[in-house]
Amino acid sequence: AKNGIIVLKRPLGTSSDSNSDSDEEEDSMSEGEMARLMEEVEEKKKLIATIRNKPWRMKRRLVLLREAQQFVDKFEGALGKGKGRKWYAYKVMMTKKWIKFQRDFENFRTACIPWERKIKEVESHFGSSVASYFIFLRWMYGMNLVLFGLTFGLVVMPEVLMGLPYGSIPRKTVPRAEQDTAQDYSVLMDFNGYCKYSVLFYGYYNNQRTIGLLKFRLPLAYLMVGLGTFGYSLMLVIRTMAKNADVGGGDGDEGEFTFAWKMFTSWDYLIGNAETADNKYASITTSFKESIVDEQENQKDENIHLRRFLRVLANFLITCSLGGSGYLIYFVVKRSQEFANRDDLSWYEKNELELIMSLLGLVCPPLFETIAELEDYHPRIALKWQLGRIFALFLGNLYTFLFALFDEVNTKLEEEGSIKNASIWAMKEYYANFSLPVNDSDATPPPMDPGDVILGPCWETAVGIEFVKLTVSDIQVTYLTILIGDFARAVIVRFLNYCWCWDLEAGFPSYGEFDISGNVLGLVFNQGMIWMGAFYAPGLVGINVLRLLSSMYYQCWAVMATNVPHERVFKASKSNNFYMGLLLLVLFLSLLPVVYTIMSLPPSFDCGPFSGKEKMFDVIMETIDLDLPAFMGTLFSYAANPGLIIPAVLLMVLAIYYLNSTSEAYQNANMELKKKMQMVSKRICGVPSDEDFNQEEPKKQHRQHQPGDEGPGGPAAQSLPGPARPAGAWLVSSRASCRCGTPETGTDQPPALSLWSEQRNPRSLKENRPRPEAEPPGRVLTCRKT
Amino acid sequence: MGNKQTTFTEEQLEAYQVMLESEEQRLHGRFRELAPHLVPLDYTNNPDVKVPLTLIVTMPELKENPFRERIVETFSEDGQGNLSFNDFVDMFSALCEASPRELKTIYAFKIYDFNRDNFICKEDMEKTLNKLTKGDLTAEEVALVCNKAIEEADLDGDSKLSFADFENMISKAPDFLR
Repeated sequence: AKNGIIVLKRPLGTSSDSNSDSDEEEDSMSEGEMARLMEEVEEKKKLIATIRNKPWRMKRRLVLLREAQQFVDKFEGALGKGKGRKWYAYKVMMTKKWIKFQRDFENFRTACIPWERKIKEVESHFGSSVASYFIFLRWMYGMNLVLFGLTFGLVVMPEVLMGLPYGSIPRKTVPRAEQDTAQDYSVLMDFNGYCKYSVLFYGYYNNQRTIGLLKFRLPLAYLMVGLGTFGYSLMLVIRTMAKNADVGGGDGDEGEFTFAWKMFTSWDYLIGNAETADNKYASITTSFKESIVDEQENQKDENIHLRRFLRVLANFLITCSLGGSGYLIYFVVKRSQEFANRDDLSWYEKNELELIMSLLGLVCPPLFETIAELEDYHPRIALKWQLGRIFALFLGNLYTFLFALFDEVNTKLEEEGSIKNASIWAMKEYYANFSLPVNDSDATPPPMDPGDVILGPCWETAVGIEFVKLTVSDIQVTYLTILIGDFARAVIVRFLNYCWCWDLEAGFPSYGEFDISGNVLGLVFNQGMIWMGAFYAPGLVGINVLRLLSSMYYQCWAVMATNVPHERVFKASKSNNFYMGLLLLVLFLSLLPVVYTIMSLPPSFDCGPFSGKEKMFDVIMETIDLDLPAFMGTLFSYAANPGLIIPAVLLMVLAIYYLNSTSEAYQNANMELKKKMQMVSKRICGVPSDEDFNQEEPKKQHRQHQPGDEGPGGPAAQSLPGPARPAGAWLVSSRASCRCGTPETGTDQPPALSLWSEQRNPRSLKENRPRPEAEPPGRVLTCRKT
Repeated sequence: MGNKQTTFTEEQLEAYQVMLESEEQRLHGRFRELAPHLVPLDYTNNPDVKVPLTLIVTMPELKENPFRERIVETFSEDGQGNLSFNDFVDMFSALCEASPRELKTIYAFKIYDFNRDNFICKEDMEKTLNKLTKGDLTAEEVALVCNKAIEEADLDGDSKLSFADFENMISKAPDFLR
């Protein structure tokens, strides 16, 4: 790397292990030589930065690196001229320090990612699809942590620190009638008693406009945090979706390289466990055989009418069960409203609603799976249908629950009117009956004891309580399911195997597999419930954070100790947005009820931060009127004018349409470019060009590829008309036309959905499954008989 | 001696700029535990020590991999699978998650090229397939799959995959990240 450049005097402050070239004149460097020197230095710097990307041997890299570094060190400082040299050297040193700092910080950040080791362990045992569930769980945990921080810091803490303490005003006190039972465990478990009149729920918060020394505007903060929760979640989900779509690197044509991909990319290099590896081999073999069969078989179905009839029947059955479950929930909610008026309730009757909802979530998916066997779809399509149905089930349940809840809210609102009158009347009575202890007619009566004031039926707190109870029972059911369905099952299979007639481990029931889609959907819907309930129960987010934290440890343990790897081990494609899309949908659906209540339902008159107002968002109007300067008020009133809003909405719709059509245009341009590239690369490699014949025509022809079909020359003559073409051109047309798979079975590569797990086709796999020979070491409960 | 911090000099650490000192120590530890009698604790003098293939493929990350011998052979200088520490570091930094896709493509090509003629020909593919399926497919199935794969990916029509063909095919694969 020593070129014939004029050597300069070595400046101060640069590191040096270069040989001592003597001091020469520095001013005699011409402009051109300076520029060339700079260029060289830049080149060397670039080499240093990218050296790890080059596929060279380590030794060569080290040698080159050393040379390059020496060169840069020697000449870099020398580039500064005269007085500026010191500054230049200083700048260079700072840049180096900054780069080092960035690298250290990056390393530190990577080391800080929680649970990385745990997830890697799961990954090596179960493959990347199961691990992707845990990565999703971790991401959710991060999001909930931020939401919790917002809620806690801006709403709960100010009220606790600067607001009035417990017992000072009626809304913060347990009413006298309930005070005896307020501390009972059973009452607390129902979130009544002391729980109900605490920071966990909406009703506790006072409606004072500003509190404390800092004049913190609590009602405004409450509303803003509630809406900000949705805004932040929305932004995060969309950002993650965009990042995922980016990393995926665009999608190739489906099925373009089916066999080549299967051969070169199907092995999951992260597998480090013998049993998983066995499963992976088996699944690769099966997948090859499937593709081979797809390639060879005839496309015609034997009996299309029977198949159609069966599918219609299956869909009808499933719609019936969906409707049935919706009605069941409605019925149970109505019953729970009746129960609310009675006092002698058994534990079952009190928690009936939540139990039924969780049980439905447990029982229906396997039911759908069994009915779906009638349909006889390709497994990937069957998986899509299954997920869609489970989604419809959860959605239906949630919304039925919501509607029933709204009925309750309306009842409470009516009740409120009468209670309001009653409480005012009681207050008047109290003052009228107050007898003076002394004959002092100027003394004013002390205010009524807060426990005695008649409280309205605070519907927001009631809704909050319902959501909290639902979440808690959901948590309990999930944990119990894992405990019984996985752990107890594993224990039974392991220990009862010694004295049972058939092999419990290989046959029924054997060990469970980790149900990825079920778990992910459960997580998504749990988050939906949190989003809906967080406005009415600020403590719910904290509960969820605790739940996710414990879930991570609990499920990691359960998976490692009691589950076996899937029979079909599939890789999770990183470019998957399916579950993020689902999360986005659930976010919107949970936004709707909250925004509706904020906009149209009147808040309770005596509890919560908005009590006394007509509508909840009046607090924003109030703030604009009182706190902000006058011109902003007028500005907002102009902005709220429908005459302005409707054109804005129209503009956004047009923008969406425009962006959509440009993106389509880009995609088309992309396709054209790809085709061009293929043609050009073939031309370069000497394949005769195909300009003489029509490219379009071969596409319409459908070729069957026979096994053992060796040479290119044979089939070409039969299938394609036109002038006789040389053998090589057949390759072109075959590639352009011959994705010989059927629409249903040929495309094995759905970038959007190949992700988490596959429904296994029990018929074809049982024969192929090899018997694992050796006992995998280090497993707690699973062991195979040799 | 025996003090972990004297394993490498400052310059060596600077040179292995792809990673932290602690990672380097860890890798050295791993390298050493494969062959404690061969690998010295102190690397300041750049000793020339090579660990043979048979010991390297016992590493837990490679043990279950059907291509483990090929991977080790690719990264070794003599092509026989004997790795010096430099090669060892090379291998891990190429296979780790942070390494760029182009680098992985290059190495993947070398791994799948069994006879090292810079082309993946039909025999290479047959060997790949047999390793992947542990010999479970019949000979005609193997032939069919190899033919289909060549048909799909071969652009220049010479019935074998050059690096350009391979790269073109891999760059579109959504799954190629490990």
